[in-house]
Amino acid sequence: MKRLETGTNIDGFLIGACLHAGGMAHIYEVTYADARPAPFPMVMKVPRMTAGDGAENIIGFEVEHQILQVLQGRHVPRFVAAGDLLTIPYLVMEHVQGHTLQQVIDQYTESRTNASFTDIAKIGASFARAAHSLHQQNTCHLDLKPANVLLHPDGHAVLLDFGLSCHAHFPDLLAEELRKAIGSPTWIAPEQVVGVRGDPRSDIFAIGVMLYELATAELPFGNPATQGGMRQRLWMDPPPPRKLRPDIPSWLQEIILRCLHPQAALRYPSAAHLAFDLEHSDQVRITARGQQTKGTSFWVHFKRWLKAAGMHYHPSPLPAQQIDEVPIVMVALPHYDVRDDTLYSLKQAVARSLGIRPGARLAVVTVISPHQSSTSDDDSSETTLHRQYLTMQRQWAQGLDLQQHQCSFHVLESGDVAEALLRYAQGNQVNMIVMGAATHGVQMQRVITPVPIKVAMEAPCTVILVKQTLPFAQL
Amino acid sequence: MKLALLSDVHGNLHAFEACMAHAKAQGAEKFAVLGDLVGYGAFPAEVVDRCQHLYFSGHVVLRGNHEEMLKDVHAQNSHSGSNTDTTSKAHTQKNTLGAQTAAWTYAQLSPAQRYWLETLPLTAHDASVCMVHASADAPDQWRYVEDERIARISLDAACSNPDVRYVFGGHVHHQSLYYRGTGRQLMAFKPTAGVAIPTPSHRRWLATIGSVGQPRDGDTRAMYALFDSATEKLTFHRIAYDHLAAAHSIRKAGLPEFFASRLETGR
Repeated sequence: MKRLETGTNIDGFLIGACLHAGGMAHIYEVTYADARPAPFPMVMKVPRMTAGDGAENIIGFEVEHQILQVLQGRHVPRFVAAGDLLTIPYLVMEHVQGHTLQQVIDQYTESRTNASFTDIAKIGASFARAAHSLHQQNTCHLDLKPANVLLHPDGHAVLLDFGLSCHAHFPDLLAEELRKAIGSPTWIAPEQVVGVRGDPRSDIFAIGVMLYELATAELPFGNPATQGGMRQRLWMDPPPPRKLRPDIPSWLQEIILRCLHPQAALRYPSAAHLAFDLEHSDQVRITARGQQTKGTSFWVHFKRWLKAAGMHYHPSPLPAQQIDEVPIVMVALPHYDVRDDTLYSLKQAVARSLGIRPGARLAVVTVISPHQSSTSDDDSSETTLHRQYLTMQRQWAQGLDLQQHQCSFHVLESGDVAEALLRYAQGNQVNMIVMGAATHGVQMQRVITPVPIKVAMEAPCTVILVKQTLPFAQL
Repeated sequence: MKLALLSDVHGNLHAFEACMAHAKAQGAEKFAVLGDLVGYGAFPAEVVDRCQHLYFSGHVVLRGNHEEMLKDVHAQNSHSGSNTDTTSKAHTQKNTLGAQTAAWTYAQLSPAQRYWLETLPLTAHDASVCMVHASADAPDQWRYVEDERIARISLDAACSNPDVRYVFGGHVHHQSLYYRGTGRQLMAFKPTAGVAIPTPSHRRWLATIGSVGQPRDGDTRAMYALFDSATEKLTFHRIAYDHLAAAHSIRKAGLPEFFASRLETGR
């Protein structure tokens, strides 16, 4: 469609300035033509559907309409209206403030600077949280790239352009009986290359490509122009980021390379797990992969290449179900007035919860009050105190089978234990809280809600309150 | 306008009333019963009675293969009455599962009800919607629309009428939506109950809406679908009903045990 004149009225929307003239669509600022106030700034996206444009452009527009109108939450622009595809196709949605990652990268390139590693982790975690919110709604984005992720001034990420996305509850209009690669060649995941759509771990791969680019200013797989070029990522490891930039910390390399694993099953099992590692870089389990500075050898690649020739991926279950199977389990470990039976019972409950969920990860959290640490006294200085509690946590975790599970330890300082636990659960997409049911003899129970009750009432997830018993109590 | 699509009620009054009540609560204004009102279940006369009410107040009721079977019973009865041998066709029919209940069903219905069932149409059209019990290319062949290939034949035949965008049918007792992706063949989609699926009319769609009265997919809940032509959305529903009471009625009527236990397990 031709570029629209400012002031044109389309179905009650008044066209304003053209914000973006991309290859696929024009984006205009719009207001209501009857001067009624809009609840938020709006844009209209109008596809460039001329005779020369491919069918995929039109179907992509239809897909975006289908999916955008059901997505919720702050990680997607709010949907307002859509035009008839056969007469005037358009989508009106919220105009979200912020910069795309592409603009951020361009700024770094222009100023010849690099993003700091903490900034990279922060940006990556916000992308992962946004992707997770999408996956919880049974949607995979499948075209995450710097132009499609927006960083809101308050730090959260908003995902744009759902033209290639896939919603598990709707027919996939882009699917066909002969599967082909659908995605942007630079960021496309290996399983997408062979035509698998709907695996949330494909989005994790794309986030990995973006983190790689932020850290090294290079693209891990280049920008292949052919099907064969895209197939490379079925067997090839990219050069380790530390080879290109030796000062990259090993935790960051570990995270990036885990996202970029050719096999979806060996990446992060959910975007929440990725966000967790990016937010707790000191707790990342670093393997040889995180340390290496040399690329994968020719022979390893050759063997993988042979294997990849016949590689096929299995279709995945519903995204929400898939990520539900790999929850983040948080256990609140008390630090004072702790009895053996409390610790024992908590451990039993955690072992049971992890035992039936092979990919789950565990976060051990203890809340201490701020006045316990003082900067003057050496013995109770913050680090000593934290170290003391971390040791206690590690001792407690001994004997738990953590082969299959990542585990991390956290000491939080807060005067309000319940509030601190709730905030932690919220911020880290925790799926399940395990904590003791005892109220430690609080006398004022009628006035003050005991911690376990408050957590159970206000938690964003399942809470298991554990009753204390010792195995020998019955003897 | 909201169109409630119900098929394969199979004499299950409990399930039928539960689906009708749900559809009315959802704001359905028009109803279509896509054949197989009777057979298997214990309340053929009651179901036919309710469908007659619908039919004479302007709603759609179609004929299915189980209505057709009653003709064979009729032929057989009149043959045995005149002391001639049964036709071979009626003889083989006698041995199929459905036919085991056909004679019983026949006896439950009044002659007027039987006559009405015989005269029901095989297909119906309503604006862009084409409705049929089995496949639209040969409605009287009772072909099962169970894969993309047969769905395509049915859809293509119905769409020889350029107004048709949607083909709704029953007969297969499961819920599927067929559509064209970017390729030439149709794609099959297994819907999630309760999700309103956008089915824009610039595409062509074929849906098998499942069975109200005899689910066979391991889920005991009744199936029906609701099509909203204003928003162009199709919702497949699963409705819990008193399936134990329905099974009990089948046993009480002395019908084969299999049809009772089938409702209890949904298989």
